[in-house]
Amino acid sequence: MPISGFVFLLEGSLLSPNPGLIFWTAITFLLLLVLLKKLAWQPILTALDEREKNIKSAIERAENAKEEAEKTLEENKKALQNAEVESDRIIKEGKEYAQKMKDEIVEKAHLEAKKMTENAKNEIEQEKQRALMALRDEVAELAVKGAEKIIRTNLDAEKQKAVIEGMLEDITSIKN
Amino acid sequence: MNRFHPTKIQSASSLFVVFLLSFFMAMPSGFAAAEGSEDAHHDSEKLDAIHHVIDGQYFDFSPFGKLKLPTGWIVAGFDISPTRHVVMLWIAALILILVFSMVSNHYKKLSKKDAPKGISNLMEVLVDFVKEDIAKQNIGHGYQRHMPYLLTIFFFILICNLLGLVPFSATATSNINVTATLAIFTFFITQISAIRAHGIGGFLAHLTGGTHPLMWVIMIPVEFIGLFTKPFALTVRLFANMTAGHIVIISLLGLIFVFKSYMIAPVSVAFALFIYLLEILVSFLQAYIFTLLSALFIGMAQAHEGHEEASAH
Repeated sequence: MPISGFVFLLEGSLLSPNPGLIFWTAITFLLLLVLLKKLAWQPILTALDEREKNIKSAIERAENAKEEAEKTLEENKKALQNAEVESDRIIKEGKEYAQKMKDEIVEKAHLEAKKMTENAKNEIEQEKQRALMALRDEVAELAVKGAEKIIRTNLDAEKQKAVIEGMLEDITSIKN
Repeated sequence: MNRFHPTKIQSASSLFVVFLLSFFMAMPSGFAAAEGSEDAHHDSEKLDAIHHVIDGQYFDFSPFGKLKLPTGWIVAGFDISPTRHVVMLWIAALILILVFSMVSNHYKKLSKKDAPKGISNLMEVLVDFVKEDIAKQNIGHGYQRHMPYLLTIFFFILICNLLGLVPFSATATSNINVTATLAIFTFFITQISAIRAHGIGGFLAHLTGGTHPLMWVIMIPVEFIGLFTKPFALTVRLFANMTAGHIVIISLLGLIFVFKSYMIAPVSVAFALFIYLLEILVSFLQAYIFTLLSALFIGMAQAHEGHEEASAH
């Protein structure tokens, strides 16, 4: 009885060793390992790795594109701002230039007008002087002629009177 | 990075616990088996939970009879004739090869931009899980080298566990021979990666625990035993988990026959169904834990050696 119990502990219990089973487990497992390594793990793991890399690079590319776009946007904004400033400046300059030009032209016109007035005044003055000189000469000549006539007809009052009247008539005719 | 950092004291105490456990496990099973043997002569109809989960030379399709497996394959003095657990291992391997040849065919047709569908997608989720959450987390640098082993052991254990839930089949992973063999693979890979990471000198230096030479008398045996507690824990954990559920189910159903009453049947069936559903969870969980701990041990073997070298300078 104790012997049969001991035998069953060896052969029919949960812990009984079985070399055949150990052998088959090892063989089955090793074969499975080799087969699945070739058949499945390598392709699947490479596919997983590749997909991982793809996704990583796609994310990276998207990130780069985003950055690029942001940069471009920023640049565009800056360019727009610059353009606005530039246009403002150009308009301002144009206005200033126009104002300056206008001022210059008006000044010039003023000067011209002034000059012309001056010239006209000068001419008038000169004409006046000339006229006065001519008048003076004429008067002097008349006076000389009158004196001559008076000396020639130096006889009676009636005659003198007629001479003076004749002279006055001459003067008035000249004056007219 | 690592979730567990067992110290030397912990590994020594876990060794003790595991020894106790195995002692208790051997006792009742031995008795039960002994009873079963005695009863087998007198009453072959008697329900025996242990007999139900252990290995055998046949598939029990009762009430449709039994399928006897070939016997007498003796090589070099060892009987290597296939038992039902061996056949279950082959079935699991076959299923894996079929499924993954389908999946890899699908992958070959797949362009770079497409995502896999159906079963490939399911498998990819699991593969990715093993890769990201088990290997990368626990091994870290150079985890790619161990991916084939971790993936194979994960799927192999998972399929064996799940096949155990199919009626008339058997759970190969509830056999300590199977779990021990798988754990031995992990053990060898762990030691090889430790030696590869730090050379034989570093591996031996690690056995001294980095302590004073006077302490070596204690440290070397502790560290040496510590090497074996890890695979031993792996062995017992998977074996016990996969055995326990089945024994609980058959015990619950056995209550009907023990009480010889139909009244007990609804309760038994309800509880058995609950345990059965739990077993599905446990199947995934134990496959995960075995793989996780394998990865963890490999990671520890690599990192620990490197760390000790760094502190030695």
